[in-house]
Amino acid sequence: MDDQIMTQTADHIATDSVAALKARRSVEDHPVKLEVKNLNFFYANGHQALTDINLSLREKAVTAFIGPSGCGKSTLLRTLNRMYDLYPGQRAEGEVLLDGRNTLSPKEDLNVLRAKVGMVFQKPTPFPMSIHENIAFGIRLYEKLSKAEMTNRVEAALREAALWDEVKDKLHQSGLGLSGGQQQRLCIARAVAVKPEVLLMDEPASALDPISTAKIEDLITRLADDYCIAIVTHNMQQAARTSDYTAFMYLGEIVEFDRTEQIFTAPKNQKTNDYVTGRFG
Amino acid sequence: MATTDIGVAEQASRRQTRRLKRQDRAFYWLAWGSAALVVALLLGILLSLLWESLPSISTFGLPFLWHERWSPAKHIFGAAAPIYGTLMTSLIAMVIAVPTSFGIAMFLTEICPKPLRRPIGTAIELLAGIPSIIYGLWGFFVLAPIMQHHVQPFLLNTFGDLPVIGFLFSGAPYGIGMLTAGLVLSIMILPFITSVTRDVFETVPVMLRESAYGMGMTTWEVVRRIIIPYTRLGLVGGVMLGLGRALGETMAVTFVIGNSHRIAASLLAPGTTISASIANEFAEADGKLYTSALVELGLILFVISFTVLALAKWLIGRTESY
Repeated sequence: MDDQIMTQTADHIATDSVAALKARRSVEDHPVKLEVKNLNFFYANGHQALTDINLSLREKAVTAFIGPSGCGKSTLLRTLNRMYDLYPGQRAEGEVLLDGRNTLSPKEDLNVLRAKVGMVFQKPTPFPMSIHENIAFGIRLYEKLSKAEMTNRVEAALREAALWDEVKDKLHQSGLGLSGGQQQRLCIARAVAVKPEVLLMDEPASALDPISTAKIEDLITRLADDYCIAIVTHNMQQAARTSDYTAFMYLGEIVEFDRTEQIFTAPKNQKTNDYVTGRFG
Repeated sequence: MATTDIGVAEQASRRQTRRLKRQDRAFYWLAWGSAALVVALLLGILLSLLWESLPSISTFGLPFLWHERWSPAKHIFGAAAPIYGTLMTSLIAMVIAVPTSFGIAMFLTEICPKPLRRPIGTAIELLAGIPSIIYGLWGFFVLAPIMQHHVQPFLLNTFGDLPVIGFLFSGAPYGIGMLTAGLVLSIMILPFITSVTRDVFETVPVMLRESAYGMGMTTWEVVRRIIIPYTRLGLVGGVMLGLGRALGETMAVTFVIGNSHRIAASLLAPGTTISASIANEFAEADGKLYTSALVELGLILFVISFTVLALAKWLIGRTESY
């Protein structure tokens, strides 16, 4: 991580980002999809991992979370689909409003919530079944489709994840036989197949080679036309290239949250400036 | 002066190299020898079983396998009843123990609150440490009377008159018998299958489990569709470990099976198993033929266990594609 940034000068990052950002569409007027209000998060041992988080994710926009390891970015992501519920003792206080409804409420149906808020992980996690089944399985949890409809849906999801051409001849082979990058796109296809409203990505390219990473980034940019995406990344250029908004987090707090070009070219906070220019992290 | 120094050093290093080479060679043969010993033991046991059972094999031939009559007084021996008993009690044990073990393992890995995991896990492992003779005593003095007075009358009244499966629950409630033996066996193999199952369930990567839950799957769906397929090989291994123990278990079964060389349709009837017959009758086996017939029973058990193992390996190999 450090090396990666050290080899780049601050100027490089800035020019890169500006070039990428010039072409960026305006998302200011997109309605708010997910709103986080006064969120505090505690681990089972009482350690507070998130303090007073406030931010909004807009529809059809990408929000990147950056910050040094242990700053709480992944934890924040995991409160958005209540993944932390798997671990007894972890608890969140405050509100996470999805279309105005508090998903932290104990009455929330987690299976329905997770269908609406899909997640992609650091490492590809294909299920131990065929490529077709990897996608059909998730759809079947929520919808009853005929065989033909299912075939279409699977194809649509694979096309959406830019994987169709590579796997169309081996849909019934194991998903584990694909390359790492293909597996990760399979996981993205699986996530979008159930038509989620929000897509959470926890360092989705961190285990991939540069070419696969580029493909995933392209994919994120294209998916942003349809979904509200939150991405955690350690890679500054990735955040600059793919996101509309960026949140810089440090020690469980949001230090600065703004338009991505603002964060990377003219951050208001000294700490943010130090981090995006590679002076610490 | 300097040259001699180099000479000494060189000599020393040569000696060192020679010594290391010798050590390495010794280690090489030691490893080979250990491996060869296993094969030699296996072959030795198989051959001695074959040798000892020759009189019986030459007298009764293949029909030994399907003749039920076992009459030491008339020197007539048939292995059908013990073979049937061995397979049937193991089947009963597996039918009870496998789902229960999977359930316990599922509970321990997916549902159980953290502070309870250890105590329950340890309790199950302690169950495995109880000597089989104690299971036998408990089965005979505690379980059998309960079976006789409560469970078996209930089974007779409830299922006895049903058309297709009624014959499995007929006859008198003796307490001891196939069902009781199967039940005791199931309790004995439960900890083995459970601990293997739990261990392999825990090998599922956290991220895979999370991504399954992340799709909105329920715990049951995650277990059924992700965890079990992912750990399939380990599960087969655990089940086979249990089956292997059930097939060969002697003491506990001898106590509760009733030791009768007869094949009865009813699960409540007394029967015998291969190992129970051997343990029961070896001391009083007079005459070469009787002893030989008992050894041949042992040979058959050896073959059954071997077949089960081979079948398991074959099954694993066949389903390895995903």
